[in-house]
Amino acid sequence: MEQKTYWKGIEELTQDNAFEQKKHNEFPETLPIEDVFSENNLGKTSKRRDFLKQLGFSLTAATVAASCEIPVKKAIPYVVKPEEITPGVANWYASTFYDGTEYCSILVKTREGRPIKIEGNTLSPVTRGATNAKVQASVLNLYDVNRLRGPRKGEEDISWEQADKEIMQKLSGIAANEGNIRLLTGSIISPSTRQLINEFKAQYPTTEHITWDAVSHAGMLAANENYFGKRALPTYNFDKAQIIVSFDADFLGTWISPSAFTRQYIQNRKVAKGKAKMSRHYQFEPGLSITGSNADVRASVKPSQQGQAILNLYNKLAVLANASEVGSVSKLDGKAGSAIATAATELWQNRGRSLVVAGSNDTHIQYVVNAINEMLNSYGATIDMDHPSYILQGNDKAVMDLVAEMNSGNVSALFLHNVNPAYDHPMADKFAAGLKKVGLTVSFNERADETGSMCQFSTPDHHYLESWDDAMPIAGHYSLSQPTIAPLHKTRAFAESLLAWMGKDGNYYDYIKKYWEENLFPQQSKYTNFNTFWDKSLHDGVFNSSAGSEPMADATDAADETTEEAGSAASGTGIDAAASAIKSHQSKGDIEISLYEKVGIGDGKYANNPWLQELPDPISKVTWDNYIALSPKYAIAKGWKQGDILKITANNHSIELPVLYQPGQMQGTASIALGYGRNKVGKAGNGVGQNAFPFVSWHNNSHAYYITGATVEPTGKHDELAQTQTHHHVEGRPIVKETTLGAYAKNPVAGNEDRAKVQSHMVTLYPKELSDYKGNGPHWGMLVDLNSCVGCGGCVVACNAENNVPVVGKEDIRMARDMHWMRIDRYYTYVDDNGNAINKEKAFGKDLANIADDAAVEVIFQPMLCQHCDNAPCENVCPVAATSHSSEGLNQMAYNRCIGTRYCANNCPYKVRRFNWRDYTNTDAFPWNEMPGAEEMLEDLTRMVLNPDVTVRSRGVMEKCSFCVQRIQDAKLTAKREHRPLKDGDVTVACQQSCPAEAIVFGDMNDPESKISKMGKDERNYAVLEELHVLPSIQYQTKVRNKKA
Amino acid sequence: MVDSTITPEAATDHGHAHHGPVESVIRESLIDGKKDYHQISEDICRSVETRPPLLWLAAITVSSAALGFGLFTIGWTIWFGIGEWGLNRTIGWGWGITNFVWWIGIGHAGTLISAILLLFRQRWRTGVNRAAEAMTIFAVICAALFPGIHMGRLWLGFYPLPYPNTRGSLWPNFDSPLLWDVFAISTYFTVSLLFWYTGLIPDFATVRDRAKSYIRKFIYNVLSFGWQGSARQWARHEILSLILAGLSTPLVLSVHTIVSFDFATSVIPGWHTTIFPPYFVAGAIFSGFAMVLTLMIITRKVLKLEEYITIGHIEAMNKIIILTGSIVGIAYITEFFIAWYSGMEYEMYAFINRAFGPYWWAYWSMMTCNVISPQLFWIRKLRRSVWFTFFLSIVINIGMWFERFVIIVTSLHRDYLPSSWAMYSPSWVEVGIFVGTLGLFFTCFLIFARVAPVVAIAEVKSIFKLSSAEAKSKQGNH
Repeated sequence: MEQKTYWKGIEELTQDNAFEQKKHNEFPETLPIEDVFSENNLGKTSKRRDFLKQLGFSLTAATVAASCEIPVKKAIPYVVKPEEITPGVANWYASTFYDGTEYCSILVKTREGRPIKIEGNTLSPVTRGATNAKVQASVLNLYDVNRLRGPRKGEEDISWEQADKEIMQKLSGIAANEGNIRLLTGSIISPSTRQLINEFKAQYPTTEHITWDAVSHAGMLAANENYFGKRALPTYNFDKAQIIVSFDADFLGTWISPSAFTRQYIQNRKVAKGKAKMSRHYQFEPGLSITGSNADVRASVKPSQQGQAILNLYNKLAVLANASEVGSVSKLDGKAGSAIATAATELWQNRGRSLVVAGSNDTHIQYVVNAINEMLNSYGATIDMDHPSYILQGNDKAVMDLVAEMNSGNVSALFLHNVNPAYDHPMADKFAAGLKKVGLTVSFNERADETGSMCQFSTPDHHYLESWDDAMPIAGHYSLSQPTIAPLHKTRAFAESLLAWMGKDGNYYDYIKKYWEENLFPQQSKYTNFNTFWDKSLHDGVFNSSAGSEPMADATDAADETTEEAGSAASGTGIDAAASAIKSHQSKGDIEISLYEKVGIGDGKYANNPWLQELPDPISKVTWDNYIALSPKYAIAKGWKQGDILKITANNHSIELPVLYQPGQMQGTASIALGYGRNKVGKAGNGVGQNAFPFVSWHNNSHAYYITGATVEPTGKHDELAQTQTHHHVEGRPIVKETTLGAYAKNPVAGNEDRAKVQSHMVTLYPKELSDYKGNGPHWGMLVDLNSCVGCGGCVVACNAENNVPVVGKEDIRMARDMHWMRIDRYYTYVDDNGNAINKEKAFGKDLANIADDAAVEVIFQPMLCQHCDNAPCENVCPVAATSHSSEGLNQMAYNRCIGTRYCANNCPYKVRRFNWRDYTNTDAFPWNEMPGAEEMLEDLTRMVLNPDVTVRSRGVMEKCSFCVQRIQDAKLTAKREHRPLKDGDVTVACQQSCPAEAIVFGDMNDPESKISKMGKDERNYAVLEELHVLPSIQYQTKVRNKKA
Repeated sequence: MVDSTITPEAATDHGHAHHGPVESVIRESLIDGKKDYHQISEDICRSVETRPPLLWLAAITVSSAALGFGLFTIGWTIWFGIGEWGLNRTIGWGWGITNFVWWIGIGHAGTLISAILLLFRQRWRTGVNRAAEAMTIFAVICAALFPGIHMGRLWLGFYPLPYPNTRGSLWPNFDSPLLWDVFAISTYFTVSLLFWYTGLIPDFATVRDRAKSYIRKFIYNVLSFGWQGSARQWARHEILSLILAGLSTPLVLSVHTIVSFDFATSVIPGWHTTIFPPYFVAGAIFSGFAMVLTLMIITRKVLKLEEYITIGHIEAMNKIIILTGSIVGIAYITEFFIAWYSGMEYEMYAFINRAFGPYWWAYWSMMTCNVISPQLFWIRKLRRSVWFTFFLSIVINIGMWFERFVIIVTSLHRDYLPSSWAMYSPSWVEVGIFVGTLGLFFTCFLIFARVAPVVAIAEVKSIFKLSSAEAKSKQGNH
C-alpha cells in the first residue's frame, strides 16, 4: 500500500523552489533581530507600546533601586592577602604593656589585623603571665574616638611636615639663645628611648629631662638612694615571704606592680590537703583596700600615724635584735598596737622569710622600712635590690622646681610626654599658669587632655599597640613591644618625633634594633646571629640578660640633676634622723583623708575607658564615680546618710562628693579616690566624679597622699551611687564558706562540714546515664578557689573584652542592670565587741555603729558566673527553647531564638543572666538607646574591639557566660586538625587566663587525668546552692584565713 | 410576632406562674418590681435603644483617653525597649506580669458564674452572668496584652506557637509553663467568647425584633445569626450552652492553675509552692467577683437595673467573696506555716522578708485588703449595703493586685544570693500601660453596655415565674 503523504502547504505540494530551500533551515523565516536591536531602529521604530514597556521597566527599576536603601559596606577584601593573616584565625603577638605606672609582658590577640584581646605572657619572669583590669582594658584605649587623629597646632589640624618645620624652627632659635628646654615625661623604662633622650640632650645641651608620676613613689626612691645609693624601687618576692606586713601599701591592687605581686603573693596562700601552710599577712591601713581585705590580720592606722606605727615595729624588732631603739615612740591604741607586737614577733621568727612594705611616699618612713627589712634579713631573700625595678621614677621635687621655673619665665621650651600635670599635679593651676609663660609647648599626649589642650602643639604619640618599643622594668629583664596594627590615625612615635627634631632620619624600629644589637646582643651567648636573637626576643616578647645585675646604662638619668635635692630630703640620714623627722609630724583636725587609687581608674589615665569606669570597685562595688568613704559609725554619728553630698575643703580647694558607708574604714578617716573629675578626656570620662589631686599635700620634699585638717560639711544634696551590689551581708547562708588555717590543718573539711548532709540528699530517680555525661565526650567544669581570689576584678574586664559584654552606663547600673557575665560578689562579715559574727543585715551601716573596732570587718570575695547547671532551672522555663544544654554540659544561649521573656533570669538562683534592656552595642535598627557613658561603645571605631568570634547581642535578648564556648570550639578544631584528642589545658577560658591569682581552674570533668578532675575531690570543694539539685558545673573551695581562731 | 427570647419553658407557661416549679417564698426575689415578660425586655433593652446619657459620654471619654495613653506607652515600650521599664537583672517581671495575673484573675468570675453556677443551679446568676462574661472577655484581652508587650522581642512573639516550620522543624519547649499559659489562655478566651456570644444570640434577636430602623434590624439580625426562637433552635441553644458550660467548668480551675505554675514550678523561694493552684483559683474568683460587683453596682445604677440586679444578687456574690477571701487568707497563713515547716532558710527568709522587708507595705496592704476586709461581710447589714460593697470591691481588687505584686516582686528581689538583691519600682511607662489596660477594659465595657443587653433577657425570663417578686406575690396570694 502506498504510503500516505501529508503536506504542509501548497508550496510543498507544488515543490516550490524557494520553499524547498528554506525548508532545511532551522528558522525558515529570518528573525527580526536586526530590526529590533540595530541601533538605528531602537530609537526610531519604538512604538507606543514599546515606549510604555520601557517606561514601565525603567520606572520600576528606578523605584526598586532608589527605595531599597542598600547599606554601604566598607569591607574591602585584600587584593594581596598578607601571608600571616587568615580570615577567622587569630594571630598572637608578644608585646609589652607599660603606661608609665605599671609594667606587664603581654600577648596580643589580633583578628584580621585588629588587636582585640590582651593576655599575659607566661614567658616573662617578671609578671609570669599575670595581667590585671587596666592591662586587659588597654586594648579599648586603642579604639578611643577621642584620641587625636594627627598633629595639631592649637585647635587646628596640621601636617607633620608643618609641625616639624615650625617646632624645629622654634627649637633651633631657643637652642641658639641657650634657652632652657625641659622634657617632662612619665617614667620611661625603654632603654632605647632613654638613650635617644640622652642624644637629644647632647644635641640640645640646655635640655633637662624630668619625670613625673601622678601617684608618686619619689619618697621611696629617695630613701633607697640614700640607703643603697640606687634611685630605684626594689624588686619584691612576695612568694618567698611567710610573714608579710604592709603599712597601707595596696600591693594587690595598685601599689607598684600589683599583677606581678598578686601572682607571687598567691603562691604562699594556696592550701591543699597535706599542705596546710600559708603566709600570714598583716595590713595596717585607714581605708579598706583589696590588699587589706585579703589580710589575715587587719588593723586601722591613720595615714598620719603610719610613721608612728612603723617606728613602733622598728623598736619592737630592735629589742629582739638587741639593737638600739629610736627613742620612745608613743604606742598605738587597741588592735593596731597589739597587732604590731605580734607582727614583730612573727617577723623576727621568720627572718629571711619576711617582708615589710609601706605605701607612704615619705622618705623617712621608707628609710625606716628599709632598716626594718635589713634587720629582718629581707634583702637578698624577699627583696632584691640587686635587680631593682625602674617602673616608677617620678621626682616630685624636680617637678615642683619645674613649676617654679616655668612661672619665673625661665623655661623656653617644654615637651610633655605621657604626663598630664594640668590635671593630676597638686599645683595644677600653677602649672597651667606657668605653661602659658613657656615659649614652646609641645604635647605628645594621645588626646587633647587638660595639659595637651593648653600646649601650642600636639604631636600625638602612637598607642602602645601601634608602636615599637622596648622596656627594662627590672635590671636584666628586657622586653619588646611590637605594633599589632598599623597606626589608626596620623600619629607618630614619640621617639621618631625626637629623631626628626634632632634632624635625624630613620625610624624607631631601626633605632631599637640597633640598640639591642649593640647593647643586649653581647649580653648573651646563646645566639651567635643577631637576627636570630632578635627574632627570638621578638617572638618571646622578653629577653633575660645573663649579665643580670648590670644596671640600666642610663637608669639614673632622670635623677642625675636632682640627686642632690632628693638626697637632701633624707639628709643627715641615719635612722635616728628619720625617726625624729617622723615623730615631729603631727596630725591636726578631726578627720584625715586618705587619697588612694582605684583598681580600674588608677591615676585617671584611663578615665575614658568605659570598661574600667564600669568595673565595680572591688570593695565598694561603686561604678562611674568617686566618693568619700566613711566609717558608717562615724557618718551616722554625724547624721550623714549614704549618698549625701559632702563638701570637702582642704588646700584652698573644695569638692563635693557623695558619702559611701565603707565598713572597715577607720573612725575619723575618710578615703577619696584619685583619678576622677577629668574634664578633657572624652565622652565617657568627662565629668565622672571629682578631682582629688589638689588635696595631695607637700611633705618632706615629696607628695603626701593624705590630708589632715580638712573640713567636711554637708551640702544638703543627695545623689545615688551606682553600685552593682547593694546588699553586703551573706545573711548566714552557706554560699561562701571559710575556715581558719588551724581548723583546716586539723580537719580538711573545716568550714565545709554541711556539704556531707547536702550530698546525702542528692538522690535521683532517673538512671545515672541520663544525668551524667560519662563517656559522651567532655563535660566542662570549673573550680574557683576562694582562698586564692583576691577580688581584683581583672577577670571581669577580661570577660568583657572576650565576650563583647556591653557597657550600660551609670544610669542603668543604678537601676541594677549591670551586664557583666562574670562578677565578683563581695560580702562583709563583722565581729561585734563580744566576738559574735554579725552576718545578717538589719540596717546597713547601723549594725556597725556599735562596733568599737572598725578593722573587725572581714571581706570575702566570690567570683560568680553562670554555673552551667546540668539540671538548669533556666532551661526548662524558656517557652521557645532558646537556652538548652549541650552534650558537653554547657548551658547554651541561642540568641536568635530568644524572645526575651526574662523567665530564665527570674528562675536563675544565681542571678547571672543578663538581659539587653537597650541596644547597648549598636546592633540593630533602633537608635536612641544611648545611655550616658555607654554611648562611647556605639562608635564605629570603638566597635573594632569586638571579638568577631562572639555574637553581638541585640536589644531584648538574654545573655550570660558561655564558658567561652568559642575558645572551646577553637581548641577542639585545633586538636582535630592535629589529629589528636583534646588534652587538658587546651582550653583556657578568658577569666581563668587573666586571673593573676590563678584562682580559676577549667577543664573536662570526664577526663580523669585533668587538673579539675584531680582537684574535684578536695575536701574544701562545694557547690553554691547545691541543695537545690540544679547540679552546677562550678565548684568553689573554702577560704582559709591564717588567723588565730 | 413571637417573642424570640422567651424560652420554651417560659413560653408554655406564659402568664401562668403558679403552674411551674415552686420556689420557697422565703427566698428573696431575684426580679423586683411589678414586671412581666414584656417589661423585662423593655427595661433591659432601654440602654441599647436610647441615646447615651451624658454620664456615659463622660465615662467613655475618660476611659478612651486612658486607652490612648496606654497605646502610647505600649508604642514607647516597643520603640525604646523594655529598658524603659523599671525592671533589672534581679527583678525580671514587675508590673507587667503583676497586671497580667491580676487581669486573668478578674477574668475568672464570668466563667464561674456562667458555668459552675449554672451547673449548681444558682438562679441568681442570671442577673449578672452577661456582664460578668463580657467582663471576662475584656479582662482576658487586657491580660493577654502583657505577655506580649513584656517580651524583649515582641516581633518574634509567634515563636512559642507550635507550628511546623523550616527551622528544623523547631518546636517550642513543651516543658515551659509560659507555653502552657499560651494554650491555657487561648483556650479560655475562645471558650469564654463562644459562651458569651451563644448567650447573646437570643438577646440580639430581641433587640432586632424591637428595632425600628432597617440598618439596626439588619445588623442585629446578622449578630443574632437570624435567630427565630423556634423550639428547635432553643433546643440546640440549650444543648450548646450546656456543652460550653461543661467545657468551661474545668477551665475555671485550669487557667489560673496553669498561671500559678509559672511560679510554682520555679525554684525561687516564695514562688516554689505547691499550694499555688488552689490558692490562685480562689484568689482569681475572689478578685473576679469583686470586679463584677464594681461594674454591676455602677451598671445597675446608671442603667436603672436595680430591679434585675438586686440586693439579693449583691449579697449572694458577697457570700462567695467571704468564702474565697477566707480561702485566700488561709492560703497566706499556710504559706507561712510551710515556709517555717520546710526548715529551708531561703524559704523562711522569703516570707519574713515579705512581711517585714522593704516591701512590707505591699504585704500588709494585701493582708488588710484580702484577708481582713472581706470578713466584714459576715455582718449582714454590710453585705447588703450597696455602697459598702462597692467600696470593698475596690479594696479587694487593690488587695489582689498587691497579692500578685507581693508574690512576683518580693520573691524575686531577695532570692538566694544576697549579692544580687535589688529593689524595683515601676517607670511611668509601666504605670501608663496599666492605666491603658484599665482604659481598654472600661471602654470595651461601656461600648458593650450600649450595644448588647447587659442582663441576659432570655435567662432572666426563664427564672421570672420562679423568682420574681411578681411571681412570688402571686404565689403568696394563693
